[in-house]
Amino acid sequence: MATPLAHARGSVGFQPVRIIASIRIALRALRRNKMRSLLTMLGIIIGVGAVIGSVSLTSGATKEVEDQVASLGESILIVFSGNYTSGGVRGGWGSAVTLTADDARAISRLPDVVAVSPEVRDREQVFANGLNWNTEVMGEGPDYPQIRNWQVASGSMFGDAEVRSLAKVAVVGQTVVDELFPNEDPVGQTIRIRNLPFKIVGVLVPKGFNLFGSDQDDIVLVPYTSHMHRITTRNFVNDIQVEAENNQVIDKVQNEITDLLLTRHRSPEQDFTVRNQLELMQIVTASSRAMGFLLAGVAAVSLAVGGIGIMNIMLVSVTERTREIGIRMAVGARAADILIQFLIEAVTLSVIGGAIGIVAGITFSLIVAYVKHMPDVTPIVWIVIAVVTSGFIGVVSGFYPAWKASKLDPIDALRYE
Amino acid sequence: MSSNAVIQLVDLHKVYHTGEVDVHAVRGVSLEIQPGQFIAIMGSSGSGKSTLMNMIGCLDRPTSGEYQLDGVNVSALDRDALAEIRNAKIGFVFQGFNLLSRTSALENVEMPMLYNHRRVHSEEQRERARQSLEIVGLAERADHHPNQLSGGQQQRVAIARALVNRPSLLLADEPTGNLDTQTSIEIMGVFQKLSDQGITIVMVTHELDIARYTKRMIVLRDGKIVTNEPVRDRLNAEQELVKLRQAQAAVKLA
Ligand SMILES: Nc1ncnc2c1ncn2[C@@H]1O[C@H](COP(=O)(O)OP(=O)(O)OP(=O)(O)O)[C@@H](O)[C@H]1O
Ligand SMILES: [Mg+2]
Repeated sequence: MATPLAHARGSVGFQPVRIIASIRIALRALRRNKMRSLLTMLGIIIGVGAVIGSVSLTSGATKEVEDQVASLGESILIVFSGNYTSGGVRGGWGSAVTLTADDARAISRLPDVVAVSPEVRDREQVFANGLNWNTEVMGEGPDYPQIRNWQVASGSMFGDAEVRSLAKVAVVGQTVVDELFPNEDPVGQTIRIRNLPFKIVGVLVPKGFNLFGSDQDDIVLVPYTSHMHRITTRNFVNDIQVEAENNQVIDKVQNEITDLLLTRHRSPEQDFTVRNQLELMQIVTASSRAMGFLLAGVAAVSLAVGGIGIMNIMLVSVTERTREIGIRMAVGARAADILIQFLIEAVTLSVIGGAIGIVAGITFSLIVAYVKHMPDVTPIVWIVIAVVTSGFIGVVSGFYPAWKASKLDPIDALRYE
Repeated sequence: MSSNAVIQLVDLHKVYHTGEVDVHAVRGVSLEIQPGQFIAIMGSSGSGKSTLMNMIGCLDRPTSGEYQLDGVNVSALDRDALAEIRNAKIGFVFQGFNLLSRTSALENVEMPMLYNHRRVHSEEQRERARQSLEIVGLAERADHHPNQLSGGQQQRVAIARALVNRPSLLLADEPTGNLDTQTSIEIMGVFQKLSDQGITIVMVTHELDIARYTKRMIVLRDGKIVTNEPVRDRLNAEQELVKLRQAQAAVKLA
């Protein structure tokens, strides 16, 4: 039917200006009900905040592992006693006792190995200056600082001579210095471990907390021989730290160590595990990723709840504003105008909620990271994902109420009390 | 059918189906309204005036009969086409004002322009809304919300809103129902001026005095037209205002 009015009909699409006008109408409506708008947004705020917060913390942790590996070099291998590659788990790392200092010496003679340090660990009460402190006393070889990429700030690391002579020397971390020598230079001073005097020959550069939140500077290094024969009495080491020439030969070195130890131990089954740094990193990142997925699941549920909240309030709002809808239609608003108006209202609610959620999530993760001395990184991708998701939730949850509003008959809507 | 008529109603019926009883509000109205006509629809309460106006205003559809607006068979158009017509051609003043609450007078008057097919710049919207309010003498109340305005002032905001899109057809359901004599005459002055400019006006009123400012008078009874005749001894709003002011001055003098 050709009518002279046909030209007046708009094309199907909207001019962008009408959208801007609709946004203004929506904002005005939301401002009128500030408290209700805020409460409606709460679900989205919590959901998005949880996503951003958890993602920030887990990706911060992942990044720190990567950084640590990068700083250590990917050419580090650790030999644990016990077999973790086959079947059942037997106790914690290094609980089985199979590795010896001789194993370490044998490994150091392998072609592509540049540094080796057998490691024994123990928590001890240490005394100095009339003060005492409980700390991790580590028996290590002279190569330990090189393997861990850890410099000695003042003094120096003990050498092979001290290892051979079971010397009572120690290199201490900054936390131990702070606790036992608050006001003086510790180098040259003596600390007592199990009542034996150890002379401090060096202080390590502070490293801070690791990603599990433990203080890496709370440490005393002594020659592993002194540890094994003077402090404790044992024949076995907890693990052996190995540095390969470079990361191209790491697989070769790993195989060589395995072959070497299998021949040396002559046991029917493999009683040790060789892990390289990359594998260790993957274990840690996998667990932090699993944590991230769990949190993301919680967040998804809360976002769904937030969406339902928005739909609920929008339905109430459509009913409350039936007359307004009638008036708008009476002066020329088409069904699509009303649909867009309410849709934009819902989207505005959820996007503003999302924005607040992003800020809240970042703030929360920064506070947690600060308090727990953890790293914190908010990936931009996730901010984009959060914005898009909350917009999407707005569209989905706003559509039904908006559609209901647009289907109203103008005269019925005007008569609505 | 002579077809230069703006409005052409042929045997229009409206039946409300409510519960058990059907209310036959309009029973066979046939009417032709020429461009520039100024018509008063009168009749007792419940005679179907508002029902008829809603149909003329493309807000409601007749149960049967035909309605041609500007030669277009409106009964056959879809919702969006009707909305387009209401926006572009018709200014409607409702019996109950129907203003948006918690929204300033100016914004109320601006609202129809939001839905114009051709975009009106927001400064122009503001300007046109202000002019519209000036026409009804409410420019100084532009920022007031409806609940801060008297009944008469609200009614004038509703009139300003109806005028803002410069409609060719102005429909007013009791536009002076809440106004004092002087303001009523002022509004009739506005309507007479618009009518002189060629705008077609259909107005519902209870007051014979007010009907005398129009050009033609229709009386409805039980949904049927019983009288349809030109207004004799038509009043001129400007003259009446002068007379009224003199009378008021005389009272004060006495
Ligand atoms: N939505 C409706 N549903 C049912 N009946 C209605 C409806 N609207 C109006 N009516 C009935 O239709 C008849 C005409 O009503 P209408 O509102 O047109 O009267 P009116 O002439 O405008 O009266 P008034 O001068 O009081 O405004 C009345 O009997 C009324 O009860
Ligand atoms: Mg009425």
